[in-house]
Formats: sequence, structure tokens, C-alpha cells
Amino acid sequence: MTFKAPDYYQLDELYSDEELLVRSSVRKFVEERALPLLPACFEEGRFPRELIGEMAELGLLGANLEGYGCAGIGPVAYGLALQELERGDSGLRSFVSVQGSLGMYAIYAHGTEEQKSRWLPELAAGKKIVCFGLTEPDFGSNPSGLQTRADTAGDEYILNGNKMWITNGSIADVAVIWAQCDGEISGFLVESGTPGFSSTTQKGKWSLRTSDTAELHLEDCRIPSDCRLPKTTGLKAPLMCLNQARYGIAWGAVGAAMACYSEALDYAGSRVQFGSPISSYQLVQQKLVDMLSAITASQLRCQRLGRLKESGAVRPQQISLAKRDNVAMALECARNTRDVLGANGIMEEYQCGRHMRNLESVKTYEGTHDIHTLILGNDITGISAFGEGG
Amino acid sequence: MKLLVTLKRTPQRDARIRISPEGAALDLENVQFEVNPFDELAVEEALRIKEARGEVEVVVVSVGAEECEQQLVSAMAMGADRAVRVHHEGELDSLQIARALAAVVEREEPDLVLSGKLAVDDECGQVPAMLAGLLGWPQASQASDIKLSEDASGATVVCEVDAGLETVSLSLPAVIMADLRLNEPRYASLPGIMKAKKKPIATLGIEELGELGSARSRVTGFRALEDKPPGVKVGSVDELVQALEEKKLI
Repeated sequence: MTFKAPDYYQLDELYSDEELLVRSSVRKFVEERALPLLPACFEEGRFPRELIGEMAELGLLGANLEGYGCAGIGPVAYGLALQELERGDSGLRSFVSVQGSLGMYAIYAHGTEEQKSRWLPELAAGKKIVCFGLTEPDFGSNPSGLQTRADTAGDEYILNGNKMWITNGSIADVAVIWAQCDGEISGFLVESGTPGFSSTTQKGKWSLRTSDTAELHLEDCRIPSDCRLPKTTGLKAPLMCLNQARYGIAWGAVGAAMACYSEALDYAGSRVQFGSPISSYQLVQQKLVDMLSAITASQLRCQRLGRLKESGAVRPQQISLAKRDNVAMALECARNTRDVLGANGIMEEYQCGRHMRNLESVKTYEGTHDIHTLILGNDITGISAFGEGG
Repeated sequence: MKLLVTLKRTPQRDARIRISPEGAALDLENVQFEVNPFDELAVEEALRIKEARGEVEVVVVSVGAEECEQQLVSAMAMGADRAVRVHHEGELDSLQIARALAAVVEREEPDLVLSGKLAVDDECGQVPAMLAGLLGWPQASQASDIKLSEDASGATVVCEVDAGLETVSLSLPAVIMADLRLNEPRYASLPGIMKAKKKPIATLGIEELGELGSARSRVTGFRALEDKPPGVKVGSVDELVQALEEKKLI
């Protein structure tokens, strides 16, 4: 049964045929290939590696980049693809976001021609996996203070430091490592297997259990000087990558919310209490309407944001607003759905509990909800409230 | 080698179709459309033949108004090379459509025509057979396996018939109709969707295709099936017999 997404304001009329085709292809893939695996993967805490090949074949990896074996789809089509993936599971969408919007985009935007032609085709084909090492144990919301260092030694760099919460960290063939170098933040490509470079899987997560998360350790890790991403000087370079990923998260969150809403609507229509389906009671109707209303607002926000990105006019703060509000909205929908489903809402056979747990991470990663609030506060008042260090 | 695949724009397979209050028409407002699933199997089979043999052109054809170009683009996003749309708005019966397609076949001169065994909207299942008849070509229906000979002069087709499987061998050109178990259609890939934008769709006026004759059948109305009355649970064989007797069924 094909998923019937809520489209209360007939937004489908505003998408191009091509954008709708992308959505329909990814929707079918998620429905037929991913969803049958995801609940069990979540339970086992396992990333479904067996889907990498199929996702690559679909063209999902680095889909919005041009050339190098990438599909070159527009921002709205890309957003719709991520929306469908996250309707499946935030962990699956995280894999695609990190591979494409963080890892591949970093090489695409900041790399040399040699770096691009060496890595991008294999990353697009899913033959290699990339991760993005920015966050550190003591530097999360404040990446400008990161401690990892790259020191020049002849025609090599020596890297030292630790990274944490790195999606794809233990399965990656190459890591984009952000480090202090000559007083500025710069990006480096570190291949797995390089002496002095190792990873530890972060176990015990109760959220994003279908994606891989690891700590990365660099101990006198020597890499050739041509492994530096040359166009990266300063925090702006990783922030450009984060903007790409945050844009995708804004769309993805809508997917998770739609999955929950549809589950709540179906359940409320068939669950009978006091002689009638619970959807006939005012309190349940209010929950359903609140969800639909919030989803519709987020859908409109995404579409407009996508068109702004398409024309090149989008501002990072506009992306912050969409990431912040859409994820909070989706989390609220997941909690409401859990409520509508009663005790069933905590069971694995329903999706809302899995989405709710995932969205707790999505709310925090890629700029926490609060940090985006401060970005927006700064933007509208002109006053930074990030504290002394900021 | 050239393969021609016929396809029809049909409502999404699980769409809820309503009948207009007077029963004169179907209410297709807010219904999404797709490539008829059986025709999608035919497209997939053509693409597999192309991938296995190399020098093969896959052309998709549909008869209909401008919106059916969405389905032609879907097929090209899967990998078909180009499309032909015979422009027509309004009703045509099966024989008229078969005649229009026969005229396209005469222009395109394909080595093989692949079609779905039926369209899921009206389930007539007549057009491909009529097309083969009009062309004087051999046909194989309900195909669950198709093997072309090395020199592409013939095909061996396994057909699903009531009694089981029937293997037929036919010479090309021919018309072969795809059944459900023929293959599993691929998803249109994102690069495929981008490439499809640049692939050509030729439009032919239906009047260019010669005399199609008048319609021999027409739809006179629609009626929903009546709701089945709910069943009754009985506790024992005796109760069952009693219930059947009461209803005068035994």
C-alpha cells in the first residue's frame, strides 16, 4: 500500500513533475525495501548496510551535487527525497545526510580537482563511506574552540585529537577531520587504516539506533600534505557543510511527522472505546488537527525554503528556523501519536515510539534547538547571546 | 534492434475511486496516476533486453491527452530512450486504440512490441491482442518469462495459463504481453529522472494515423457494488445446518 501523505494545502500542485518523480521513487524504495528492515535494525542497534548499494543505485548519495557520478537534482527534489527517507527512519536519513551533505559536500566545495575525482565517484556509488569529524567531547555547540590539531612536519601533517558523536564513524573509509592548523580551522581527509587513526563505536544509544555513531581518535596520525582540503580556512568551511545538512533535516523531520500523523489517524479511526472509534471524540480530534496544522505549516516552510535555495537567495538563518521548528514540530507529533495510540504507542510494531526516540537526537544534532534559537535571536536583534567565548 | 512498449496512464493502484452521483462518470479529482503496473513490467522487460544485448532502442508509446506525458517520462526515467504520444482527448474503444497503435508500429517498425496483459483501470485486456491481429503478428499473452533467440529472429515465451505454464515459441516481430511474475520493475533512479527531462517525446495527432473506425462499444454508466451484508458466526455444525435451512439454502 503506497503511503498517502497528508497534503492539506495541495502543495503537490507546486512541485514539478521531476520533483514528484523523485519523491515517488524514494517513497517506493522506503516502503518496499527499507521499512520491512528498519524496526528490527532499530531493535538490534544495527545500521542496514545491505541498503547502501540500493541507495547508491537510486542515486541518493550526494544526489544534489553535479558531476562525479552524482544525480544533480535540485534542492526541492533533494528535500523531498530526504523527507521520504526520514519517514522510514531518522537513522537512515542521517546516513544519507552525512555521506552526501557533509562528507561529499565538503570534498565537493572545498577539495582539489584530484580529491574530488578520487573520492566523489566512489562515494556516490556507495563503494566508499565518508564521515564528518567536527564535534569533540568538549566542543559541541561551540566548534570554534575545537582542540584537534594538525601540525606541519615536512610534507606531512601530524594530527592529534578526539572526535565524538560521529555518524558513520566506524564504517567510514575516509573521514573529513576538522582541526586547528596555523591558527585556523581547516579540513583534512584521513583514510581508515592510517596509523594513529582509530574509531570506537558508541554503544548504548536509545536513539538513532539504525545509524552508526563513533568516537574517532587521532594519535600522531601522519597524513600527506595533499590530504588537506585547500579551500578551508576558518569555521565558515564546516558551517557551509552544516547548512546543507540542516536544510535536509528540515525536510526530513516533516517525513517523520507525516509517518506519525498517518499512524495516529489510522489508529484513531479503528480503535473503538465507549462504543465509538476514538477519532469521534473531541480530545482526539484536537490532537489530530494540531498535528495536521503543524505539518502543513512545516511543508509550506520547506517548499519556500527550497525555492529560496534554488534561486541562491537562502540565508543560513532561514535554514536555522526551519531546522529548529520542523524538528520540534515532528517531536511533538511523535509524542501526540504515542498518546493517541495509548499503550500500543510504546510497542515496536508501531512507528511513533521509534520516531520519538530518534527525534530527540535530531533535535540536538546539527545545531541544537537552543543554538538555532540564539542564531535567530542574534539575527533579529543584532545582539549575540552565545556567551563570552562566542 | 528496436522495442516498442505500449503504456497507459491509470489511477494509482490503491486509489479510492468514487462514482459521480448520477453514475455517469468516475470522479478522478485528487486521484494520483501512474504507469499501468502491467505496462511497467513490459518497460522493465524491454530495459533488461536492452541491457543484455546492447544495441537496442526502447521506445514507449501512449495514446492520450497531454497529462499522459508524465507516465511516458516515468518510463524514460526508468531508462526508455524516447517516447511517442498519440494525442487524443476523450473516449476511444479498444479497437480504435489498437488501430492507432498499429499505425505507430507501421511508422516505427519495431522488432517486438511489449505490453501489459491488461490495464488495471478497466481490465479489458483487449488492446495488445487486437494490435497483433491488426498487424498479422504472432502474440504471446500472460508472459512470465521471455527469451529472445541469439539472432533476435524469434522468442520463447512462458505463458501463465489456467492449467499451469505453457511454453510457446514465436517468430519476430511479435506482440508479447507481460504478466505479474515476469520481473520486478526497477525504481526510476534520480540520475535517470534527470536524464529523462532531455529525452524526446514526439506527439502525433490521432487524425494523422488514418481511419480508426467508429467506437463499437461505449460506457453507459457506473454503479458501485452493493455492500455485502455482514456474516454470522455459528457455534457448531448443527447450528450451521439449521442456519442454512432457515435461509432455504439447503
